[in-house]
Amino acid sequence: MTAQRQSRGSPSFGLLVALVGVLAFIALTVCAESATPALWRIFSLRDYNTRVVMGGTGLLGVACGVIGTFMVLRKKALLGDAISHATLPGIAIAFWVMVAAGGTGKYLPGLLLGAAVSGVLGMGAILLVRHHTRLPEDAILGIVLSIFFGAGVAILGVIQKMSTASAAGLETFIYGKTASMLGEDGRRIAWAAGVLIAISVLLFKEFRALCFDAGFARAQGWPIRTLDAVMMGMVVTATVIGLQAVGLILVIALLIIPPSAARFWTEDLGILVWLAAGLGALSGVVGSGVSAAFPELPAGGVIVLVASSVFVVSLLFGRARGLVFRAVTHLWLEVRITRQNALRSLFEVSERHSAGEPVTEKALREVRYWRGMQLHRALRRLEREDRVCRVLGGWRLTPDGHEEAQRMVRNHRLWELYLIHHAAVAPSHVDRDADLIEHVLGHEMVVELEKLLDATVAEPAVPESPHPIAAPVEEGGT
Amino acid sequence: MMLPWKMSGQPAGPEHSPYAPVSIHDVTVAYHRKPVLWDVDLDLPEGKLVGVIGPNGAGKSTLIKAILGLVPTASGEVKFYGGTLRKHRALVGYVPQRESVDWDFPVSALDVVAMGLYRRIGWFRRIRRTHYEEATKALARVGMDSLALRQISQLSGGQQQRVFLARALAQDAQIYFMDEPLVGVDAATERVIIALLRELRNAGRTVVVVHHDLQSVAEYFDHVIMLNTRVVAAGPTAEVFTQDNLLKTYGGRLTLLDEAAHAVARTGQR
Repeated sequence: MTAQRQSRGSPSFGLLVALVGVLAFIALTVCAESATPALWRIFSLRDYNTRVVMGGTGLLGVACGVIGTFMVLRKKALLGDAISHATLPGIAIAFWVMVAAGGTGKYLPGLLLGAAVSGVLGMGAILLVRHHTRLPEDAILGIVLSIFFGAGVAILGVIQKMSTASAAGLETFIYGKTASMLGEDGRRIAWAAGVLIAISVLLFKEFRALCFDAGFARAQGWPIRTLDAVMMGMVVTATVIGLQAVGLILVIALLIIPPSAARFWTEDLGILVWLAAGLGALSGVVGSGVSAAFPELPAGGVIVLVASSVFVVSLLFGRARGLVFRAVTHLWLEVRITRQNALRSLFEVSERHSAGEPVTEKALREVRYWRGMQLHRALRRLEREDRVCRVLGGWRLTPDGHEEAQRMVRNHRLWELYLIHHAAVAPSHVDRDADLIEHVLGHEMVVELEKLLDATVAEPAVPESPHPIAAPVEEGGT
Repeated sequence: MMLPWKMSGQPAGPEHSPYAPVSIHDVTVAYHRKPVLWDVDLDLPEGKLVGVIGPNGAGKSTLIKAILGLVPTASGEVKFYGGTLRKHRALVGYVPQRESVDWDFPVSALDVVAMGLYRRIGWFRRIRRTHYEEATKALARVGMDSLALRQISQLSGGQQQRVFLARALAQDAQIYFMDEPLVGVDAATERVIIALLRELRNAGRTVVVVHHDLQSVAEYFDHVIMLNTRVVAAGPTAEVFTQDNLLKTYGGRLTLLDEAAHAVARTGQR
């Protein structure tokens, strides 16, 4: 990977690995402690069958997470849902054909082949209707999904009426049943997952271009229809191998939920893909484990419930876009802005006063609007930081506070000048804009601005600074 | 209808220079049977800054997309240096409209600019350090290298537009097509972009820009294509960008509406 990945992605990635570890640990301890021998037996992977089931669904989670990331970013999530529902008539017809040919009809690869054919047909129907009509996309998806699924249900009904063979097991494809998974099923999933991941790695760059800006990719000469077809073929493959474990109604959850959850942790596609894979694997392994302990629960439902919990945790605590993180960032920014405003106002008022005279809160309220206790809290904070001190009859800047306030006022004026000279903002609008922006600006930008202004603005226009602005210490390493 | 830039009395069609970077032969584009571009036939001059102007819905973006093969044409064809687009794809750079993509996409500015190199990198190959260095240089040319690693949603509109421009620069093309690169950008960005367009033109590149601000047309462009479904006028700005042509380009719909209104009023009186 490149240097940029490492420098930016690793902190949040590390955090997530830790979180996943903690979750897994909690899950395991709860299982062990709750004196449920069945769960303990499953998660200690003592049985061969358990290992097959959990390994198989884990790999399925990886494959679905990877291809699901691209599918979601290409905004084709619902197309995936339509495809998975469209597999049902294929399963039913494949069963019928195999029974007619003299078999039991339960030969799994045959059923999955039928599912794949039918899924591709469903996708073809969607593309065909879209090309020849002006129906909105969601309506087309709804129509094709219900027609195929309805046909599947009807054919299943007919098959069950026939006395020649028992079609009892076929509904497991709708809701999923991991318990029926055999060693060869696990191997099939492993193969398919391996192929899907290999294609994703090979076409990573192409898929990224396709998902971000298909028009540009096409103008560059990439065959976007072929790339789209490959991507959708991968979705069909992931769906089909997931039928047995999670069922055709819920397999879409494994494609959509892990990438969506991972999005709360990172802003980098390279990390997002593998994170989605990891979260998919986690959902698959834990979900199938739990469902193995409670055979009466449909596996698909349990796996999706686990994935949903992962999603909720990510939604709340995600390092990049989680709600808590955003709220904390916002609060922090607000505190920072009120603190700086208080310091500046104090500086400006005391500049007008004779030296050493304390400034009252009333005087501060006259130069700027403060909400409720905002001003008082900001002053108390500054007092704790030794920037201001409370004296008889008001507040006064300490030497440290004076220095910081002076620097801040200078930054503020730099911004005013920049906006007037370079961004063509009317001078009357400057104060408000600069007020907001200066808190967002980093030191780097300020230094750049100084250079810019020193070169273009006549010297007296820029207030002399007693202290040049030093580069911040924490950024020294970069 | 006789069009001034067509050779009259020649059934073989208008003449095109075989050396023009782009020659558009009678291109018509229709969306669902409604023509959006009607019989466009012109050569784009080499090494010039060409503005495409016209009212909303005049087919400005469609013209660019038709040239780049992004929308199907109902008739006609486009030649690049006398050859096909497929043959000369590497010579063509493109800046789509900023709103055409999802800026929440999980990539950095550098990642986006590197996409301009994908064609040269080729199928299946990874993006190497040298490619990222090249992309950084392109970002530096639009003054954005310090924001290279920012996720693109954290950039302002003007900065996003610069990223798009840098991606096109990374393509290192001979002919550039830019769809409204000056819409919604701040004054500073507009200056950066215009300086860059001139730099490209002075280096002999052809730059075609869909533009909306009539005030700056004469200042920015050497050549102008005035479009309202059909080409109203095309040629050097000094000759073509006239009050008369502007009225024909922008007033057409208004006059039509007026005539319709008059007709309705007359039938009402009877």
